[in-house]
Amino acid sequence: MTKRFGSAAVVDHLSLDIYEGEFFALLGPSGCGKTTLLRLIAGFERPGAGRILLDGIDLAPVPAYRRPVNMMFQSYALFPHLNVEANVAFGLKQEGLPAREIAHRVADMLALVKLESFGCRKPHQLSGGQRQRVALARSLVKRPRVLLLDEPMASLDKKLRGETQFELMGLQRKLGLTFIIVTHDQSEAMTVADRIGVMDRGRLVQVAPAAEIYERPNCRWVADFVGDVNLFHGRLGDDGLTVEGTVGGRLCVAAKPDAEPGTMVWVAVRPEKIRISREPPLPGLDNCVAGTVADIGYLGDNSIYKMRLRDGSQVRAAIANIGGPAERPVSFDEQVWLNWPAEAAIVLMR
Amino acid sequence: MKQEQAFWRQLVLRIPYLWLLAFFLVPFLIVLKISLSQTAIAQPPYTPVLDAAAGWHGLAALFAGLSLDNYVLLGSDPLYLLSCLKSVEIAAFATLLLLVIGYPLAYGIARTPRRWQAVLVLLTVLPFWTSLLIRIYAWMNILQRDGPLNDVLVAFSIVKEPPVWLSTDTAIYIGIVYSYLPFMVLPLYATLEKLDESLLEAAADLGCPRWKIFWLVTLPLSSSGVLAGVLLCFIPIVGEFVIPDLLGGSQSPMIGQTIWMEFFGNKDWPAASAVAVVLVCLLVTPIVVYQNQAMRVAERE
Repeated sequence: MTKRFGSAAVVDHLSLDIYEGEFFALLGPSGCGKTTLLRLIAGFERPGAGRILLDGIDLAPVPAYRRPVNMMFQSYALFPHLNVEANVAFGLKQEGLPAREIAHRVADMLALVKLESFGCRKPHQLSGGQRQRVALARSLVKRPRVLLLDEPMASLDKKLRGETQFELMGLQRKLGLTFIIVTHDQSEAMTVADRIGVMDRGRLVQVAPAAEIYERPNCRWVADFVGDVNLFHGRLGDDGLTVEGTVGGRLCVAAKPDAEPGTMVWVAVRPEKIRISREPPLPGLDNCVAGTVADIGYLGDNSIYKMRLRDGSQVRAAIANIGGPAERPVSFDEQVWLNWPAEAAIVLMR
Repeated sequence: MKQEQAFWRQLVLRIPYLWLLAFFLVPFLIVLKISLSQTAIAQPPYTPVLDAAAGWHGLAALFAGLSLDNYVLLGSDPLYLLSCLKSVEIAAFATLLLLVIGYPLAYGIARTPRRWQAVLVLLTVLPFWTSLLIRIYAWMNILQRDGPLNDVLVAFSIVKEPPVWLSTDTAIYIGIVYSYLPFMVLPLYATLEKLDESLLEAAADLGCPRWKIFWLVTLPLSSSGVLAGVLLCFIPIVGEFVIPDLLGGSQSPMIGQTIWMEFFGNKDWPAASAVAVVLVCLLVTPIVVYQNQAMRVAERE
């Protein structure tokens, strides 16, 4: 599917299968087209080329108000002139259901999001978290085939966001519906979603479960966007298990990459997989790089150490602060050796 | 120091009240007083007049000379009641017409790309740059028996005989709707422009077809603009004088024309003042009732 605004392709030759009952996350930086993709599914935008199929039926001729999908808006888009109950009942009234069934289903849904006692309040009398739950209830009450969530937690504070993420997962499991969430927050995507589609400039770069995206990204862009990463550029050795000519010397990897020996590749290492030691390594130890500590960022649960290598490039290592502050392993300008297991290194071809 | 500050703050806060006192309440009381006087061939043309030299005695004499005769006259002569009804009728229909024309116009402006909106709003108020009188004279020209409107109607054979426009209620409606349109469009535009588009999308998403979204979301959320526009148009139209005088006929005058006639035709200032007082009461009452209602709703929430 392709969608253009003017001459710019916002969604560019994108093809994606989402399974029934799945919690799918579209992750990407702002402006990557993820929200446009969601709006295409909801029917607010029309694709320039391509099709959207739901249960094998083409949604193209179906207007937004007849699609069996519902959307939860980033701004929540609650009707300010209606109270909570009327907001939630709005969609059911459009179906022309009998009043008793509407009342019943609205009450059920408000109980599900724990807002039973707020039915008569107007949206402006609610807190941000409560408003978010009303929006969720309103989009769920019609039992859509697919629920679309556009940055649903963007305006919640961090603590509330964490709780809400788990509540959302519980809700999705309980109702067995297909959820598609759009977010730029990688931890949110990784927490809630069964699979993540990482988007960049209108294209899907990688679609995989969270652990796979993080542990085995398929390119430098994904490795860098999802989490933090150190990259070493070098030539793949003849045995396919070593990369030579990097600033760290000869680096070993555990699994043979899908590339010809001799091609230029990148070795990616996550900061938290790197160990720092003051002692010089034993001879014969693989993946050992010498450097000096240039910067230390204390984050509470862990600290980020920035090390300068001989050629001036920087490597970041994240060390969990298990002991007290007195037990920091190293301090500024100290000569240290970095080391990581071969399994921690990922070879990237692009 | 603190006290001095408080004094100045109070003063600044009172200035609007002073304004209202000087330019609304005092003139209104003067008109009220004249409406309770009797006409006389004198300067000013009514009695009693306050004799300031006589002090308290003069004030007492003034109050003794007042009577409700003019209000009794208003009740006895159907001319006043008829012109009152006529004014309200014209104002009500004209306001409805303005709403029907102004709402789509304001909606259209609010939905055009933002860079065009300022231009369109400017075009809406552009007629104000010319004097109302000149524009009404232009309409007199257009609506003449052999004027441009009839020329067009005859040329396209929409009518066989050129109809008479001037001195009819239709001409009054044309003039009023034309002149007051900006007063309806601007408040409507102001509320519609603020309307969050995602609310319309949310309504569509929840299964609402387009025409229904208008009734269930757009209209309720723009009700404050509708009310403001209706009040801004209805109230001055009721007292409108220039447009019905120039475009309308003389057979059933609007209340503004009746007041004018009493003042300048009959030189009966007291009767004219009585009509004016009744008109003010007629217009203020619904506003006060509405304000109370709105206040009660706000309190309940």
